[in-house]
This record gives sequence, structure tokens and C-alpha cells, in this order.
Amino acid sequence: MGFPFWLIAALTVAGGMAAVLLRNLVHCALALTIAFAGLALLFLQLDAQFAGFVQILVYVGAVAILVVFAILLTRGSETPKDGGVFSKTWGAGLVIAAAIFAVLAWAVLESRPGLPHETGTHNASVQEIGTALMGRYVLPLEIVALLLTAALIGAVIVALHEKKEEAR
Amino acid sequence: MLQQADQIFILLRNWIVGFLPAGWQTAAGVVLGVIGIVVVFPSLFAIAVLMERKGLGRMQNRLGPNRVGPFGVLQPIADAIKSLTKEDIVPLNADAVVHFLAPVYLVVVAFMGFAVLPVGRNMVLVDMDASLLFYFAMGASTEVSIFMAGWSSRNKYSLLGAMRAVAQMISYEVPLLMSSIVIVMMTGSLSLVKIVEAQNQYTWGLPHWYIFTPWGLAGFVMYAISATAETNRSPFDLPEGESELVAGYFTEYSGFKFALFFLGEYLGMLSISGLGTTLFLGGWSAPLAALNWVPSWIWFFSKVMLSIVVLIWVRGTLPRLRQDQLMNFAWKFVIPMTLLNLFVAALWRFMGDGWLRWVVCSSILISVYVVAGRTGMQREHFGPRSYRYAE
Repeated sequence: MGFPFWLIAALTVAGGMAAVLLRNLVHCALALTIAFAGLALLFLQLDAQFAGFVQILVYVGAVAILVVFAILLTRGSETPKDGGVFSKTWGAGLVIAAAIFAVLAWAVLESRPGLPHETGTHNASVQEIGTALMGRYVLPLEIVALLLTAALIGAVIVALHEKKEEAR
Repeated sequence: MLQQADQIFILLRNWIVGFLPAGWQTAAGVVLGVIGIVVVFPSLFAIAVLMERKGLGRMQNRLGPNRVGPFGVLQPIADAIKSLTKEDIVPLNADAVVHFLAPVYLVVVAFMGFAVLPVGRNMVLVDMDASLLFYFAMGASTEVSIFMAGWSSRNKYSLLGAMRAVAQMISYEVPLLMSSIVIVMMTGSLSLVKIVEAQNQYTWGLPHWYIFTPWGLAGFVMYAISATAETNRSPFDLPEGESELVAGYFTEYSGFKFALFFLGEYLGMLSISGLGTTLFLGGWSAPLAALNWVPSWIWFFSKVMLSIVVLIWVRGTLPRLRQDQLMNFAWKFVIPMTLLNLFVAALWRFMGDGWLRWVVCSSILISVYVVAGRTGMQREHFGPRSYRYAE
């Protein structure tokens, strides 16, 4: 946990905070991208190359763009004239968020003694991950692939349906 | 002597680094590598721009730039001075911070891709296991900068251009990845260095480049199509179609920021040509075993510049696609063909050595290509020219 970690952590947290606190929705989306990139850097700092690059490829390259598209297509890109970013029920939201964080933190801290105590550094190389995905875990991978294909076909069908109604 | 010519840049770096204390040497070596990339590729950008302007001029029956220096070869320098001294205009309503960040971000990300390209024997800045993944991660991040540029300009042409660009880049990223995965399947590694080494073998003096196999050739064609679309080059230059959108997402940019966009675009072209060279054309390996004495980096850069020439040639030849044609082409033709190519590559792998796999794999690819092309053409009902959107 040296200086680079604190720098990246500060960047990630600042990105996340900006995503919540900024008033312009597109600015929020761009700030969220910074948080995603910061997470990727944290993965890379832990020598998890695969997770880090996939984080950039999927989140910065695709999810951020999807978010931005959704904002633009729903005309949410105009900055609200007055009023802050806090809703009326922000207190309840804060309590719920803190409770979820507490439960997750408790679970993580509780599970730590149960893990095998590894002393040496174990670098999961990209090759090892690939072999595991194609060998031992090929069935879960295929199930996920099937699910994604179904989702894709579903999206296409939803889009097709609208087009037909327009034509009538 | 020839060995030294091949490794001249490595020797040069080691010589310079040798003057420094031992603790600094690794860092200094990396910095020198970065300086090399930052100097060499923008110079190639200048050459590519000049080639493009001269070549396009010839194709359009005019001379091209011919005033600055002999035959106009100093034109890039004049262009650079012009863009540096021009006024930098930011629209009153523009989002100033995002407007400023977009070109900077684009150029930074465009440079990152070069870090993993092996430009010669032992000449790669970062040799890591997942270098292909790193390259695609960097390529995917450029979309954000294009969106930033288009949105922050507060100009409807900019925004339309950015939306078109992002939709096009997302669509063509899929076939780009899929056509490269074939190479990963055959090499068994994501490391670009290992991919080049696997191709650097010779039978009867001919190289084992992946383009000389049925799946490699099909993959290369798909890669070239999607790379052209990914870099927003003609015939896929809808995002900046000047007859429709003024200049697309960089309409509101002037002076040096415009130059940065220009630089980013050409860097993207150079790096995607470099990746194509590495994946399909054998990277730095010589085209004939007898030519192995030529330094490896000469081969890499000649292949990249040759790809640029082809891109310029295509730009001068083909008309622009329409938006629906663009999307149909990606989703109904290129992606199915890359999927088929994955299947063919797996077949090739499991059929073992021999001539049979050449026949089977080529015939599958050719027959599907012909049938898909024919049915697609028949569905289009080509007849006398008719105008749908103009009367």
C-alpha cells in the first residue's frame, strides 16, 4: 500500500463522488468513467492484468458509452435550473447505503480467517485464466454465453416489435 | 555488422543508459523508449499526411501541395506552424473543460496502443502476456473522447457526428476483435511478441505468415474492413461526412486542438495498421528467408506504410456508405463471416497436417462467401438508378 495506491484510490473516490455530486448528468457519466478507470488501475496494481484490461474494455469502452447514450436519448442532458443534487429522502438513502456497506464489510472481514493463509505471491496469469475458463469452468461459461445470447435476441425482438407498429 | 544494424536502436538505448547510475537505468530505458515512440510515429504521421494529399491529388487529377519546398515535401511543417499559430476558438456555449480535455485524451490513448506493438526484433516497449487485450482496451477508450468532443461543442452537427462515430465504432469493434481472436486461437497466446515469433518461420524460403492460410486471409479481409471503419476512414467516414455534417464531431475545433484530433486520427490509423501487420503480415519478419539480413524494423515500418497507402487508395476509390448500409454490413455480413472463420480455424487446428485441411477450409469459406454475397445482392434488387431521398 504505497503512494501509488493512495493516488489511485483518491482518483477513484473523487470520480465516484463527482458522479454523485455533479449536477449535469453527462458530467456525472464522464466522472463515473474516471472511477471505472481508477478501479482498472487498482486491479493492475494488484497484478491482475486480465481483470484490469477487461475492466477498461468493458466499462470504459462500452458501459460508459451505453450510459451516455441512454442519457442523451432520454433528453436528460440539460442541467436542471434550480435545486441541488440531493433528493428529499436523501437521509433514508444514506442509511440504506451505510447499512449495505456495513453488511458487505462485515462479510468480507468475517470471511478472512476462513481463507487459506497464502504467504507467497500467486500471480494468476492470463494464460492460466484462459485455461481454467476453457477447461474446468467451461460449463458455467457456456451458460453465461447462452444467457447473453438470449438477452441479445430479446433486445432485437423488442426493437423489431416497435418498428412493425410504426409501419402500420 | 548486420546484426548490429538490426539491433541499432537497442544498442543506442543501452549506450545512453550506460552513462547513468545503476539505480536509474531501468527507468531511463523506459523513458527513452517512450521518447522513441513519441518522435517516430508523429513523423510517420507527417509523411502519411503528405502521401495522402499528394496521392489523393493525383487520383483526382490535380497536383496536390507543391509550393512549400521541392515538390511540396515541406508542406507538413507549414501545416504544423499554421495550426500552432491559429486562434483557438471555443464556442460561447461550449462546455470548456470537456471541450479542452477531449483532444488531449484522444492523443494520449492513441499513443498508449503503440506501447505493446513489437516494431522490430526485441523492440517492444512493454512485453506482457495480455498485450493484445491491452491494445483493444486502449482502442475502446477512444470512443469516450469522441463523445466528449461532440457533446461539449453544443453543436448539432458535432453531436450527430459523435453519435454516428460511437455507434459505428461499437458495431465494428465486434468484428475487429473476432477476426483477431482467430490468431490468438492458433498461436495460443495473447502476447504480440509471441504471435510474431510464431510467424517468423520459413518453409522453402517462404514465411509462415497467417495471411497465407485460408482462415488467416479471411480474417485479414474482415480485419481490414473493420479497421477502416474503426478509424472512421472513407468509405466509412460518415461521422465526419463533410457534405452532411460539416466536419462531424470536431466541427467546433480550431487551431492546435484541431491538429490534435488530426494527429489522433492518423495515430489510430498507424497503430491499427501496425496491429494488422503484427497479427496477419508477420510483424517484423522478412517476406522471404533470403531477405532476413535486412533490419527487422525496416520490414515493420514498410508494411505499416504500405497499409497506409492501401487506405489512401481505398479512400480515393470508394464512395461513402449510407448509415443503414453501414450497420447492415457490419451485423449481417462481417460478424457472421468472422463467426464462420472462428469455426474454420478450429477445424483447421483439429484436422492435423496435410493438404486436406487446405481444401476443406478454403472451400467452406469460399462457398459461404459466394452464397452470402449472391443472396445479399439478389435481395437488394439492383436495377436502374433511383433516388430515394432526393427528387
